[in-house]
Amino acid sequence: MKSAVTMTVNGAPRTVEVEPRMLLVHLLREHLDLTGTHVGCDTSNCGACTVWLDGDAVKSCTVLAVQADGHEVTTIEGISENGDLHPMQQSFHENHALQCGYCTPGMVMAAIKLLEQNPAPTDAEIRHGLEGNLCRCTGYENIVAAVRAASGVTV
Amino acid sequence: MATTVEQRGIGEAVLRKEDKKFLTGRGRYVDDLKLPRMVHMGIVRSQYPHADITAIDTAAAAAMPGVMAVLTGDDLEFAAGVPCASNPTGDMVHPVRPPLAKGRVRHVGEPVAVVVAADRYAARDAVDAVQVSYSPLPAVMDVEAALADDAPRIHEELDSNVALVLAHKTDGIDAAFDRAEVVVEHTIRNQRLIHVPIETRGVVADWNPSNDELVVHSSTQVPHFLRTFLAIVCGVSEAKVRAIAPDVGGGFGSKLNAYAEEFIAAAVSRKIGAPVKWIEERSEAMVATCHGRAQDAHVQLAATRDGKVLGMRVHYVQDYGSYLQMLTPLISQLTFLMSPGAYAIPEIDVKVTNVYTNTVPTDALRGAGRPEATHAIERMMDILAAELGMSRTEVRRRNFPTEFPFTTAIGLQYDSGDYAKTLDKLLELSDDKATFERRRGEAAARGKLLGRGLSTWVEVCGFVPSDVARSALGLTPGGWESSTVRMHPTGKVTVITGTSPHGQGHATSWSQIIESALGVPFDDVEVIHGDTAFAPYGLGTYGSRSLAVGGTAVHLAAGQIRDKAQLVAAQMLEASADDLDFADGAFTVKGSPDRRVTIQEVAFRAWQAFDMPEGVTPGLDETVFFDPPNCVFPFGAHGCEVEVDRETGKVEITGYIAVDDCGNVINPMIVDGQVHGGVAHGIAQALYEGAVYDAGGQLLTGTLVDYLIPAAADLPHIETHRTVTPSPTNPLGVKGIGEAGTIAATPAVVSAVCDALGVRDLDMPLHPETVWNAIQKGGAA
Repeated sequence: MKSAVTMTVNGAPRTVEVEPRMLLVHLLREHLDLTGTHVGCDTSNCGACTVWLDGDAVKSCTVLAVQADGHEVTTIEGISENGDLHPMQQSFHENHALQCGYCTPGMVMAAIKLLEQNPAPTDAEIRHGLEGNLCRCTGYENIVAAVRAASGVTV
Repeated sequence: MATTVEQRGIGEAVLRKEDKKFLTGRGRYVDDLKLPRMVHMGIVRSQYPHADITAIDTAAAAAMPGVMAVLTGDDLEFAAGVPCASNPTGDMVHPVRPPLAKGRVRHVGEPVAVVVAADRYAARDAVDAVQVSYSPLPAVMDVEAALADDAPRIHEELDSNVALVLAHKTDGIDAAFDRAEVVVEHTIRNQRLIHVPIETRGVVADWNPSNDELVVHSSTQVPHFLRTFLAIVCGVSEAKVRAIAPDVGGGFGSKLNAYAEEFIAAAVSRKIGAPVKWIEERSEAMVATCHGRAQDAHVQLAATRDGKVLGMRVHYVQDYGSYLQMLTPLISQLTFLMSPGAYAIPEIDVKVTNVYTNTVPTDALRGAGRPEATHAIERMMDILAAELGMSRTEVRRRNFPTEFPFTTAIGLQYDSGDYAKTLDKLLELSDDKATFERRRGEAAARGKLLGRGLSTWVEVCGFVPSDVARSALGLTPGGWESSTVRMHPTGKVTVITGTSPHGQGHATSWSQIIESALGVPFDDVEVIHGDTAFAPYGLGTYGSRSLAVGGTAVHLAAGQIRDKAQLVAAQMLEASADDLDFADGAFTVKGSPDRRVTIQEVAFRAWQAFDMPEGVTPGLDETVFFDPPNCVFPFGAHGCEVEVDRETGKVEITGYIAVDDCGNVINPMIVDGQVHGGVAHGIAQALYEGAVYDAGGQLLTGTLVDYLIPAAADLPHIETHRTVTPSPTNPLGVKGIGEAGTIAATPAVVSAVCDALGVRDLDMPLHPETVWNAIQKGGAA
């Protein structure tokens, strides 16, 4: 049995018929073709699926699509304006904070929210703030550098 | 950090041209693909480590909504089993393994049946509804059990569970031990690890029944090997197979393979006449994708009182798991070859016993055999130092080879090196002994045990001269690499590389090579890879080979472009080719710099083919297959400082310094990034990761809840430094760097923890429980 859910995704209203058990990440990827949001585990450890739900970073593999009914969702595809990279995306580029790119969208989405909550974090606070997002390529060294640079805090 | 620079040739920290698509969610990984009429495949996997399949009841699954087919090993025909391309002795028996089990299973997670359904949810439901009946057999879950006299046999083709024994012994080994003033002995364990690239494996296979063409998209490091093996295993002309590696979300060796699921997906697509997608779930990946390490080393070192190592006896025991995957036998063979590490050990007796168990097959994992060798010899050098009462740095220094090329007792020729230089630099960057001891006292007052350790490492990479691949390694393929460099009429350049990057930044580094070789601006170069339809055969990306072999092929092909362009330019300038200079992307007549033509203008003329010199063919389009004359041997010295909490046993890394030498550097930013990631992986082996089976054959670490890969807070700041000792092996003077950090970090971390506790050695991973128990037993008393 399917039911219709309506949500605002990257600023546009979208209505989709889904099974009640469908995960938000699969609605985004398979029904809306927003494939920038990735899946890397099945236990909510890796954070590759991180999106914003009403402005909060959430793991979209742990949210049912029906729970997002009536809410606002932002994905990696929705954060750059007029073709310009978001400052966090630009900072990831300038600091070589990505290699294979698979964790990158979730990491960027989490990192932007981290700075919203703590605009001038220490390196330790950045590391703890990103604990829900796993990267296997970078050793996090340059991810920490990118978030620090985006915060404007110099060391 | 990197800056935007005008010159973006060799040696510059150029920002990556790959980044923007990944940062904006426009990468295209295999699960992002949708094809018309595409269906989803789910896999029923064995729940037993060793069993006969007595019945498979597919009726309930087949009746579920959305399910199109449920297929077993009897329904899919293959022309060959899952391939292994390594036979070190030439006469090693390769047990045949059908991609989908027939009759017997040999590890938990082995594919037993598949379901095909309209969407992934329906496929997942149907997997659970397939009823498989098993008759369990006794299983062997570790090498000790597998080597017992009455052990159950895993493969009937063999007399025992021993898959292969390799041995090499120099004539003077017994005399070296007779002469020794000190002999130290220890068993060093490299635990079983799981790769965990954040993207799991995945396949989209599309068999077109109208012409028998097969297109397979796979998350692989080796698309050309995959095409060859798809042709062999599925029994189709290789010319009709196209393998594509789209964007690949990390590999670390786990995707250096040709897996059962790739063949199954192709066969299912053929059977049902529609494109088939299979995306591995993480909990599937843990029991279905190769594991790594799982090797013990029983080592004896014979030495003089003043610290000179006279000889090494070592017996490695490698757990192969249940089957041979593509390069399973190669891994411990690389350990075997690198057993003496960075030391001039004149006499050696090395043996490797490779054993089958009822576990997931082991194969390459970042470093692939060299981390195992390095960890064993590095731990032994620490143990020898302790036995002699000598510093850990001094005992190493006294055994470094000093002249290069250096031929080891195994017979490898280390191409170039200056091992003392990296160690000296590490010591310069580290606290002196007095400062460290003062800080150690301060830490003790806080209840912390401060320790520091090091490793001095060398590895063999840049695989591999093809004759060596055959004669010394017993590999089916050689070790060359290809590149095409193509200048378009408008002066832009396309590079088609045989490497298959999945995070290494080849598009950027190869563009830098082109800018340096041809003067064509970095932004005018596009690099394409990973599609067998348009690329010359390439061997892919693994073993820190891409730059030394593939990058060299790019450099050589660019050189051929330049040479040909010079002939055309000479015609255009009405000069002799010998009278031309080439600089900044333009040919000029010697002594008349105003008589000038750019390489872009030459490319246009070569495309027109008007007024070409005698014997010169149209176009600027060159392909080079480069077969290296030797491997390359990067090296370095890593230092690690740890604080151990005396009450909890928790280890915190408080300082990490990497000094590496990978020869000339194309892009220092990318090299640093490779070291960071490599060190993280090595630290993870030392402190966090370990795959654990229970006695019943179940993997206890079967999810990312139970198998701890480190998050940002689990890792330290990693400081990177370099020395530069060019390689004589290739014209760029480069070596590999992708695995360096992993090889170096594990022993450096364990060295530091052992120093903090004052113990000889500890078995990894150094979880708080392990460390706490060592403290209770008197460590750091």
